[in-house]
Order: sequence, then C-alpha cells, then structure tokens
Amino acid sequence: MSEPRTDTHTDARTAILGRLRAADGAGPLPVPDTAVLERRQWPAAERMVRLRKGMEAVHTEFLEATPATWPAVVRAFCDGAGLKNLLYGPTSEAGKALAAAWAPGGTQLMPYDRPVEAFKHELFTGVDAGFTGTVGGVAETGGLLLMPGPDEPRLMSLVPPVHIALLKASTIHDTFWSAVKALGWGRSLPPNALLISGPSKTADIEQTLAYGVHGPKRLIVVLVDDLA
Amino acid sequence: MHAEHEVLFRDSAAKALLDPQLRANFRRAMDGLITKRRNQFPDPRDLQDLRDLSTTIRSRSLLGLPELLEQFEVNCTKNGIKVHWAETCEQANELILSILRAKNAKTLVKGKSMVSEEMHLNAFLEANGIEALESDLGEYIIQLDGETPSHIIMPAIHKNKDQIARQFSQKIKDAKYTEDVDELTAMARRVLRQKFLDADAGLSGVNFAVAETGTLCLVENEGNGRMSTHVPPLHIAVMGLEKVVATLEDVAPLYAILTRSATGQAVSTYFNMITGPRGEGEKDGPQEVHLVILDNGRSRIYADPQLRATLRCIRCGACMNHCPVYTRVGGHAYEAVYPGPIGKILTPQMEGVGVRHDLIHGSSLCGACGEVCPVEIPIPEILVRLRREATHDDEGSNVAGRGTGRTATEDWAWRLWAGVLKRPALYRLAAWFATRFGKALPAGAPLIKNWTRSRTKPVPARRSLSERMRAEGGKHV
Repeated sequence: MSEPRTDTHTDARTAILGRLRAADGAGPLPVPDTAVLERRQWPAAERMVRLRKGMEAVHTEFLEATPATWPAVVRAFCDGAGLKNLLYGPTSEAGKALAAAWAPGGTQLMPYDRPVEAFKHELFTGVDAGFTGTVGGVAETGGLLLMPGPDEPRLMSLVPPVHIALLKASTIHDTFWSAVKALGWGRSLPPNALLISGPSKTADIEQTLAYGVHGPKRLIVVLVDDLA
Repeated sequence: MHAEHEVLFRDSAAKALLDPQLRANFRRAMDGLITKRRNQFPDPRDLQDLRDLSTTIRSRSLLGLPELLEQFEVNCTKNGIKVHWAETCEQANELILSILRAKNAKTLVKGKSMVSEEMHLNAFLEANGIEALESDLGEYIIQLDGETPSHIIMPAIHKNKDQIARQFSQKIKDAKYTEDVDELTAMARRVLRQKFLDADAGLSGVNFAVAETGTLCLVENEGNGRMSTHVPPLHIAVMGLEKVVATLEDVAPLYAILTRSATGQAVSTYFNMITGPRGEGEKDGPQEVHLVILDNGRSRIYADPQLRATLRCIRCGACMNHCPVYTRVGGHAYEAVYPGPIGKILTPQMEGVGVRHDLIHGSSLCGACGEVCPVEIPIPEILVRLRREATHDDEGSNVAGRGTGRTATEDWAWRLWAGVLKRPALYRLAAWFATRFGKALPAGAPLIKNWTRSRTKPVPARRSLSERMRAEGGKHV
C-alpha cells in the first residue's frame, strides 16, 4: 500500500503544533470539582431498579433470571419469539454456558467463529438475533457496557434485528463515570468498547421516535439477580 | 471594504421569515427540544455544577492542547490508528482521497460529521469519482434533495413528514407513498443496510478524542455510526483539533451534559469507543483506521485568550434550540456550515469577520445562548468583540479579516458625528436644525432608510434638552 503521508503531513503537523505552542495562556490548570458526579450513588438493589427504568423508557425489554435459570430464560424467549437462529460467541464465558444448556430443536445456535468476510451477506440477511454478555451496567441513565473482541465480535450487538444481552445485577455501576473508573477504562481500552442504552432509534423525521433504524429493532436484557 | 459576493444574512433571513411552513417546522421542533432539555435538569444546582465541571474540563484540555494532541497521536499510533494532520480543508480532502485511492475504494458510507460538512467532502469526492453516501437518517434525507444541514444535531429539522414522504416516494426505488414514520424509516433502513454491506470504506466524525488511551468516542442513536466504523474494511475519522481531552474520565461528564443539552436525552443509544482497528484474533472491525486532524483556522482562534472559549464547544446545538433568531429563520438562512449562535461566532472567525459582517450583527444579544451553553461559552460577549474586530485593525489582534468590515459611509458618518460633537457651536446649530426640520426628512432618505426599513421614523422633540435647560435657567449647559 502506498502511504498517503507526504511532506504536507509533517509540514502541517509542525505548523499546527507550532502555532498552538506559540499562543500564551499557560497558567495553573483549573482543578475539576467532581462532587456532582460523586453524589450520584445508590444501593445495589436500587441501581438495578434505576437501570431498568432508564432503559425501559427507551424501549429496552427485560427478562428476569437467576444465575441458574438464565440459559433457560434465553431459550424460552427465542422459541417464543420464533427466532430461526441465534448468533453467539462460542468462546465467551456466557456463550459457553448458553451452548452447554442448549437442547436441540427450535431456535438454532449459530457460532460467530470465523472472520466476518466469510459470511457478511448471511450476517446481514439471515441472522435473527445476536447474544452477548456485558461487562457492566450504568444505573443513573440506564445502559449496558460491552467490550466486543475476539470472543464476542463487534457486529453481534449491531447487525441482527434482535440483540439479547446478559447482565449481572452485581456489575451495575452508579454512573458511566464511576464505571469508567472501576473498569480502569481511563488507563487502557480494548480496540472497541461500547455503551448501549436501547434499541437503535431516530427522531429525524419530524421529531417522531422510530425504533430500529439501522441497528437492532429490539434489545432484550436478561437481568440476572445475583445480589443475594 | 466589504468583500465582493458577500452573503447577506439580512436578506436570507428576511426571505425565510416569509415561509410559514418553515417557521412552523422550526417552532414546533425547537419548543420540543427546549422542553426535553429542561426536563433533564430538574435540579438547578446539579445543572450548574455539571456546567462548571464541563467548562473546567474543556478549558483545561485547551490549556494543554499541544501536549494532549501529541500524546493522543502517540497513543493512536501505538494502537494502530494512522494519524494525519491538515491545515486546511483542501489538504484534508486530498488526504482522504489518497487514503481511499490507496485501498482502491469507490464507495464511502458516512456517519454524521460536521467537520466533513466544513470540508465539503461529499462534493469533493463525487468530483473525484467516489460515491459518498450519508447514512444518518437526517443527513440521508437532505442528501437526497442536495441540501445542507439546517441544524448541527438534527440536519433535516426544516422538513416535515409530508415533504419527506413525497421525497422518498419520488427518489427511492420501488418506494410507495406513505406518511407513516415507521414505514419511512424502514425504507431508509432497507436502502442503507445494503450500502453498509457493500461499502469499501466508512467515514465518521469524532465527538471526543482521548489522549491517555488514543480513543475516538462517537455519540449516536441510530447505529449508523457503528455501521460506518465497524462494517467496511477501512474507517476514516475526521476531527477538529480542539476535540481532545486527557482521559475517558474527563469525557464522562461531557457526554452526560452533551446528550441532555442536545436532544434532552439522559444518554444516547450508543456511545462507541474506538481504540484501534481489528485487533489480534478479532473477527470483525475495519482492517485500517485513519484519523485526519483538521485545523482550518482553529489554531488562530486558539491564539486569542478571549476567543479561545469558542473552541470549548462540544456541538450540542442547545444555543440554536434556544435562539429567538434561529427559531424564526431556521438554519439555512445563515448560509454557513454552522448555523445559530455558535455559528455566528465560529463562521466569521473561520471565514473572516469582514466577509460575514452582518452575521455578527444578526443577534439581539438576548443572552439565551450563553445561558444554556453547557460549557459556558460567552457567545454574546464574543459577538460584541467580533463586531469591534470587523471594523478595527487593533494592535495584537489576529482575527481573520479584522478591519475589513468597515465601510466608507459608516466611516464618514462617524467622522461627521465626532466633528460636530467636538464643536459646541456647530453642535447647537445641528441640534437646532434637527429639532426644527428633522420631522421633514423623508423616511426613505439614504442612511435613514436603513433604520426605517423595519421601524417607524423617530420624531425629534421640538426643542433639545439643553435648550430647555437653558430656558429654565439651568447651569453648565
């Protein structure tokens, strides 16, 4: 590949940084007061309620489960919704547990086990739903935190019309800010990390909300109550 | 002197005011947005604290901007993101073209990016044989009609459902006429999904750039941003150089205040953090990610301690939603990439205060914009400052086009005024004439016409104040 960098690149970079450095205004850095973020705190049980309320307000659907029952809950939903297949990550923790409990018949489990190029068209046209885990949730506004990667590819939560996400109540943080701190995302991040609060939506036509414009039309959260 | 081919806000605003459909579309939309924003901030103390925090974070990021940009570049490069710098829009366009050509890319699917609008990237790429398709629903709607965005967050806000229904039925293949919003949305979904699947490359803007981790943050509701950045094999991001902050912890409060200020949402559907191309063992994501950092006048704005506040902007659009002028004339009347109050201070600083002189004056200085700005940009104060810059070439100023908004007529009028005021006898004579014969001056006379076009002609008192004072035995007059 021919590198598009030319002399213009270094010239532009040097010139821009030079101009920025030449500007005065160096002084003591103002110290941010984060009290407004710190006072957003709730007990664990309330965090679960808040997250659910926030996400339901933007059309997310919830299924209640326990650490023991969640694979059956996912299965019952898929069969009930008449899903032909469910895309999952065969090497992820949640994916392995799901596959182990999946009985034959009804909705077929479909592993995302090859590069997208090998089945891009099928992914866009022939997959009914995608199943992913989460690395946490956000109570204040409602929201799921995902770290797509080799075990759970990025497009699983985006391309299929239904996204089913597994969330453990114990991983729900107060705010996005406190989640970033707790997960160490301020220091290092994987190639992709994500917050999702609901199914894809738009209000671009006369401010009227419409769901499922590009991404999933439905977001189903399987909320595992592991607080006890 | 005023530049030739000057675009007059005054004229386009007057035209827009006569369009009842446009005014109704904007009024309804802005009222809705104002209410939704207000509902997101029930506690005034929380709002003020969050504004203060966001302002501090943005100011602090700007203070250390050159260092943050360098750190950001180092970390992006480490993550496999190729970083490019452009001083001008032309350079940025050329860079993007060469990146696309190197990959032999013919089709580009775009997530919403105001910087790409600033660059007029679509027209440039089309001229070079590359299809650039907008995928944000609002951007898609206006691209079908060859229009530009009328709002930075909701680009198609000037159109109503009927207009879009007609447009879709005429321009989308096999589309039937419907005014059902869900069906219209489904039509766009069908067309655009195929485009995402086929596109050779995707382009996006950047809402926040994180120096510590080399991360690009994208805020969106539709998922078209994720589609554009994750599905095609090549992702190109463009950003203004002011977007960088130190850490993701800094981003959290900015993100919180952005969605609430912009659309009255507590949180957007997606907050996408991109820290590199497809990694080791990953099965999807682009093989290459490029980032173009654009200056286009920003480093010049940065050099001025007062005007630098302009660069704190996080592009929420709250200033336009609350602006009495914007609400009445809509976004297109500004004939600028960035409309509304933020556009009124940004556009003249980028294009020159002389060229867009009347944009700076097209404000009642009511202060609503400054009051709702989540990062407390003193837009009214900056407007006043730019009004001076437009007519003065002050020492130490580096404002683009400073002094070029001065006109001979205005100059002459002020000189005359000063001359009269400096000479008491002449002043008394002029006052005598004005009080006795001012009434007889026709409303259509030159200069007076500028005032009387939209106001009634003032009738001077029969005797001036000093005359009356003198008559009543007052001293020192």
